[in-house]
Amino acid sequence: MLPGMGDDTCAITLKVNGSTLRLQVAPWTTLLDLLRERLGLTGSKKGCDHGQCGACTVLVDGVRINSCLSLAVMRDGASVTTIEGLAEGDALHPLQQSFIEHDAFQCGYCTPGQLCSAVGLIAEGHAHSEDDIRELMSGNLCRCGAYPNIVAAIGQAMRPRRDA
Amino acid sequence: MTTGKTGAPHDRVDGRAKVTGQARYAGEFTAPDLVHGFVVTSAIARGKIVRIDAAEALALPGVLQVYTHENAPRLAWRDRSWRDMVAPGGSPLRPLHDAEVQFSGQPIALVVAESFELAREAAGLVKVDYEAAPHETRLAEVEAEAHEPARGKKGYTPPPKPRGRADEALAAAPVRVEATYEHPPLHHNPMEPHATTVIVEADGSLTIHDKTQGVTNSRDYVCKVFGLASDQVRVVTPFVGGGFGSGLRPQYQLFLAVLAARELRRSVRVVLSRQQMFTIGYRPWTRQRVALGAERDGRLRALIHEAVGNTSRFEDYCENVVPWSGVLYECPNTRLEYGVAALDLYTPIDARAPGAVTGLWALESAIDELADALDIDPLALRLKNYAEEDQDHRRPFSSKALRDCYREGAARFGWHRRSLAARSMREGALQIGWAMATGIWEAQQAPSQAKALLTADCRLHVASASGEIGPGTYTIMSQIAAEQLGLPLAAVRFELGDTALPPAMIQGGSATASSVGSAVLAVCRALQHSLLKLAQTMPDSPFGGRALEDVEFVDRSLRLCSGVAPAVPIAAIMRHAGLGSIAEQTTAIPDLARQSRYTSNAHSAVFVEVAVDEALGTVTVRRVVSAVAGGRILNPKTARSQILGGVVWGIGMALEEHSMLDHGLGRFVNHNLGEYHVPVHADVPAIDVVFVEERDDVVNPLGVKGLGEIGIVGVAAAIANAVFHATGRRIRELPITLDKLL
Ligand code: FES
Ligand code: FES
Repeated sequence: MLPGMGDDTCAITLKVNGSTLRLQVAPWTTLLDLLRERLGLTGSKKGCDHGQCGACTVLVDGVRINSCLSLAVMRDGASVTTIEGLAEGDALHPLQQSFIEHDAFQCGYCTPGQLCSAVGLIAEGHAHSEDDIRELMSGNLCRCGAYPNIVAAIGQAMRPRRDA
Repeated sequence: MTTGKTGAPHDRVDGRAKVTGQARYAGEFTAPDLVHGFVVTSAIARGKIVRIDAAEALALPGVLQVYTHENAPRLAWRDRSWRDMVAPGGSPLRPLHDAEVQFSGQPIALVVAESFELAREAAGLVKVDYEAAPHETRLAEVEAEAHEPARGKKGYTPPPKPRGRADEALAAAPVRVEATYEHPPLHHNPMEPHATTVIVEADGSLTIHDKTQGVTNSRDYVCKVFGLASDQVRVVTPFVGGGFGSGLRPQYQLFLAVLAARELRRSVRVVLSRQQMFTIGYRPWTRQRVALGAERDGRLRALIHEAVGNTSRFEDYCENVVPWSGVLYECPNTRLEYGVAALDLYTPIDARAPGAVTGLWALESAIDELADALDIDPLALRLKNYAEEDQDHRRPFSSKALRDCYREGAARFGWHRRSLAARSMREGALQIGWAMATGIWEAQQAPSQAKALLTADCRLHVASASGEIGPGTYTIMSQIAAEQLGLPLAAVRFELGDTALPPAMIQGGSATASSVGSAVLAVCRALQHSLLKLAQTMPDSPFGGRALEDVEFVDRSLRLCSGVAPAVPIAAIMRHAGLGSIAEQTTAIPDLARQSRYTSNAHSAVFVEVAVDEALGTVTVRRVVSAVAGGRILNPKTARSQILGGVVWGIGMALEEHSMLDHGLGRFVNHNLGEYHVPVHADVPAIDVVFVEERDDVVNPLGVKGLGEIGIVGVAAAIANAVFHATGRRIRELPITLDKLL
């Protein structure tokens, strides 16, 4: 039993960044708090806890969601990818590389959410122009105002890279 | 690998940490004994707590304690101990000090529990009875009682004395404009909420991870308030998720987390909710009157600028709103006035380009109004009144490439294709407006220290207790150091955000590059000096009798600038001297004797195009050109990002941002990111940033002017002017929402 949580915890199974975890979670624990507080995956950020900023965006079964709006127990059996799971070992995900090259962040606090959201966006396949990217990324706030660089970084990652 | 250089568009050295989620922010440090605090805030704006009942909260298993004014320990007595480095005059907030409530949202209790969820749940169970007193949160009601702010705030300069006879000159001027401009309180809302994690070490000392723009400021505050020695408290903050001024002063979560950690002898974390981010400081609500008198040819004869900003009842927050008006344009008769008026709200705090953003919103709107009254091109009017020297202080500018900003900005924007009259440009249902404004910010330098350790394998570690709120501090400091010693960027590690390091100025006012950068430069020069001396002792040294000016460090080697002798590797110099490493520590102090003979400002010219839907009243910013004269640019990539950020803030201020007060409750009511609108991706168009060439060897040894503020200054006025050009409607109260255009 977890301190102060009573006996009402639930058993769930989550695949997080490739590892399968069996967890006892309180029913009121959000997926975001589970990741940050229990699993030490603090790459996913909390900017509002209300689904209004996108800093907590992660991929659940490949789909981008605000993890602060999802209770962990609702995701039993799901596969979750967080910012910590985007790179393959030392090799950054093309979007991560593109964000660095375009200086698509300043303080970096919104960045994990922007990146996970961009992975989801590309998978959705609806963005065909910079205006589409702007519209479909508008759930991810960046108070540092890195927007033009984020759009450029995503645009580059969407274009098939010509082999050098 | 090539030598790291300033002036080159290096990728951020902390980029990898930020894109992989490894960068750790204040609320993300942990300890095995960590417990969580959740703040309870007041529901009334003014009055007294008559009863506070925590029994139900304490009854929940896992709740450890509820701190209120009834059980909090008595701490420092004098105001002085509560005043941080950048506090304004007055009596700072003392959380949980007594039963008095001075603003809605004041922290009145801290619930500490084993889990975050539990602390939050228990906070909702704390029952509070109040005896409310009448409050006032309307600026118009207190404006007439505005007073000169109490002294004490660093960086605040009272307005200069009047020059000439502004009121008479205004009355006599053939062309006059006069208007009142207003913007509401605006909350910074950095994406990372304010947070503090206090780790209680085995020896009882505290390691504190605090969201702050100045680790030293937080450390000193904790020491003074809790009566601790400075070696008992270490503040470590390697990354800050945005500050914009909100982290200049210690916020109340720092105090509460330390209080609980000391009482419970356990590590404690307190993170503010987004709602609570509206209970800390903000850009003050300000009303301004600007009156301009001119000859028919556009020459300014009179300039009057009066401003009143709000403060709290217990501190006199103040900022430099009006002085810019005496410096930017040539005008023989000026009168500038500024006062503050107290409301039952928390004290405001510096927000990105404090004062200048406010003053230039009014001044640059008024200049546009004058251009319209004169039927003169607004850019031509500004050039006609271009100030060649600082008339208020009767001294030259150390540099001022504003003319180049006007010229290059106008060329990039295509200004010559603009039609002069309002409502003259259209695309179908859209009214198009083109307009511009000027920006100005003070270039400042403050004393800072740095230390450096060069090892024989040519790796350099440089450190200073500066911060990284997002400008690229890690990167530009590494560039400066690498360039000085001829090392690749990857061979340099710059460390910051730790009170165990040499102290640096607080990160604000666009002064980090100039202040900490000068310290890094100085400490690297000290290393250069040591290396040269050692090299001179080598057999057949080509450096005998040579000074630092005669040599250069390139590709990990020392060589004569003349190139007549072979280069000597740094590693060989150190091997010969039998040294494994060389360490230096230096303080860079501004050359005030020289600097005070000049006025040093950064400038910008910002051009915008808006489209207004005539039927719907919606305003879209379609493109922006920002031309900046900011001295030497250390890294064009991160520099451009700073300007982008400023412009985005300007778009928010002009069109969206508004901390709304319910005056019945005396409370900010749109206290969340769904209702407090900040610009999103879809609101931000392509932004073209131009840095014009500007050399300045007075402002500081690096010739930099700082870029964190200049990007926002003038943007709100440029957008409001463009809305006027599009629609013929002059909106003098921000934000320009559609209701004001219908
Ligand atoms: S923290 Fe989830 S949307 Fe803001
Ligand atoms: S990088 Fe700071 S909020 Fe986006």
